[in-house]
Amino acid sequence: MDLILSGTRHAFELLLRGDPQVMEIMWLSLRVSGIATLLSLVTGVPLGMLLALRRFPGRTLLLGVINTGMGLPPVVVGLVASIFLWRTGPLGFLDLLYTPSAIVIAQFALAAPVVAGLTAAAIQQLDPRLQIQLAGLGASRLQILRRLLHEARLPLLAAVIAGFGSVISEVGASMMVGGNVLHYTRVLTTATVLETEKGNFDVAIALSVVLLTLTFCVTMVVTTVQQRGALRR
Amino acid sequence: MTNFPRPALAVACLVLLGAPAPVHAPARTNRDVILATTTSTQDTGLLDSLVPRFEHTCGCRVKTIAVGTGRALALAARGEADVALVHAPALEERYVAQGKFVGRRLVMTNDFVVLGPKADPAGLKHAKQVEDAFRALAEGKAPFASRADSSGTHLLELTLWKQAGIEPKGPWYLEVGQGMGATLRIASQKEAYTLSDRGTFLAQRSTLDLDVVFQGAPDLLNIYHVMLPNPDSFPKVNIPGGRAFADFLVAPETQAFIGTFGTTRFGEPLFKPAANRREEDLRRRAA
Repeated sequence: MDLILSGTRHAFELLLRGDPQVMEIMWLSLRVSGIATLLSLVTGVPLGMLLALRRFPGRTLLLGVINTGMGLPPVVVGLVASIFLWRTGPLGFLDLLYTPSAIVIAQFALAAPVVAGLTAAAIQQLDPRLQIQLAGLGASRLQILRRLLHEARLPLLAAVIAGFGSVISEVGASMMVGGNVLHYTRVLTTATVLETEKGNFDVAIALSVVLLTLTFCVTMVVTTVQQRGALRR
Repeated sequence: MTNFPRPALAVACLVLLGAPAPVHAPARTNRDVILATTTSTQDTGLLDSLVPRFEHTCGCRVKTIAVGTGRALALAARGEADVALVHAPALEERYVAQGKFVGRRLVMTNDFVVLGPKADPAGLKHAKQVEDAFRALAEGKAPFASRADSSGTHLLELTLWKQAGIEPKGPWYLEVGQGMGATLRIASQKEAYTLSDRGTFLAQRSTLDLDVVFQGAPDLLNIYHVMLPNPDSFPKVNIPGGRAFADFLVAPETQAFIGTFGTTRFGEPLFKPAANRREEDLRRRAA
C-alpha cells in the first residue's frame, strides 16, 4: 500500500518537475500511439463505411474477421510484425525493426480493426431511410457520406477513444518490435515493465500513474468534443 | 461541430505529432548497433552506464535488446543482431562450432547463488557440493522457482539437475518462464528456492525476502562472453559497429569501470572484469 501512495506522489513530482526522461518517454508514447490511431482512422473509417453501406460477396466474412481483429493479442501482432521486419524477413530491407516506426506499424494493426468494426456498427445503426431521403433531396454521394459521418459522430468518437486506448496501453507488441531501447523506443508501458523487472516498484507505479494521466487527458479532450457534439444535436 | 472532423483540428494534431521529440542525444552519423544480451546486464543497470559511454565515442546508437541468453543467441545466430553479450558458455561453444559466431572473448564474471527462504527448510546450508544442494531441493520440502525460459541461468540450472541425477518434476517445481527479476520476486513471495546470478540478486536484495543458502562451487561461476555474428553468413550485419562495441567491452578503461560498478550502491562490485583471461584458469581458481 505504501508503495502505491509513494509511487503516486513520486509520479506527480516527476510530472510537476518536468523530469526530462519521463517527459521524453511520455512524449514518445503519445506520438507513437497518436500516429497509429490517426492512421487507423484514415483507413478504418472508410473501410467501416464500406462494410456498412455496400453489399458484396464475402462481406460478412470480412466483417467477422475485422470484429475478431478487435481482440487481436498484442504479442501475436508483435511476433508476426517482428518476423516480417527482421533483416532476413520479407520487409527486412526497410530496416525498421527496433524503431518507433515499427511500433506505429504494430499498433496500427491493433487499432485499425477496432476503428473499422466500430465505424461499421455506428453507420449501420443509423436509420436507413436517411440515405434515401438525402439522395431524394439531391445530395451528392460525398455529401451523403459526410452527413452519415456527422450523424454517427458520437459512436465514431467512441471508436477513436477505443482505438487510442487499445494502443497506448499495450505492451507486448511495443516490447517485441520496439525493443525498449532507451531514448528511442522506450514507451511508458515498456518502461513500466522494465522498472518492475528491476525491482524499482515506486518508479514503475509513477510511470503507471503518468500513463493513466496521459490517457485520461487525451480521452477527456475527445470526450469533451463528443459531448459538445451531443448537446448541439 | 457541424463539419466534423474539423480539418484544422486534424492538421493541428498532425503538426503536434510530427514535431521532433525533445530528445537530447549526441550526433549520430554511424549505423545503429543492435546488441542482443541477457536480462542481467540490463536489470543490474550495468548497460545503462556502459552504453552511453560507447555511444559518445562511436557516434552511433546502441539498440539493446535484453532478453534471455537463449533468445539473444537465437536472434544473433540469425544475423538479427550485430553483437551478443551472453552467459551460457556451453551453448555459445555449440554455436561457434556451427560457424554462427566469431571473435568470442571473455568480458566479465560473477557467480550464481542458490537463494531460499531465511528459514532454509530444505537445509541447503549444510550441503557440501552443489549436487547435494540440488538433491536436497528435489526432496520437495520447499518449492523451487525455475526461470524455464532458456536463459543462461536456466540452462545452468538444467545442467546442475542433470549432474545431481535428478529430473525436476512435481508440484514443488515451479516453471515461471520469466526474467530473473520476476523470478526472484515469485520465489520471495512463495517462499521458494531459486538460482540467480549474484548481480541481479544484489541489485534487488532490498525488495526480496531471500537469503543466499548455497554458493562458492566452481560450477556456479557465471561467465559473460561477447561475440560477433559470422560476417560471411550475414551480409546485412553491422560488423564494424558490433566489433567496435566488443572492443569497447574489453578495453582497459571499460574493464576498470566494470570492476567498480555497483560498489557505491550495493557495497560490493556486481561483476569482476575478465578480459584476456582464460576460462579454464577462472574455473580452476574458483575450484
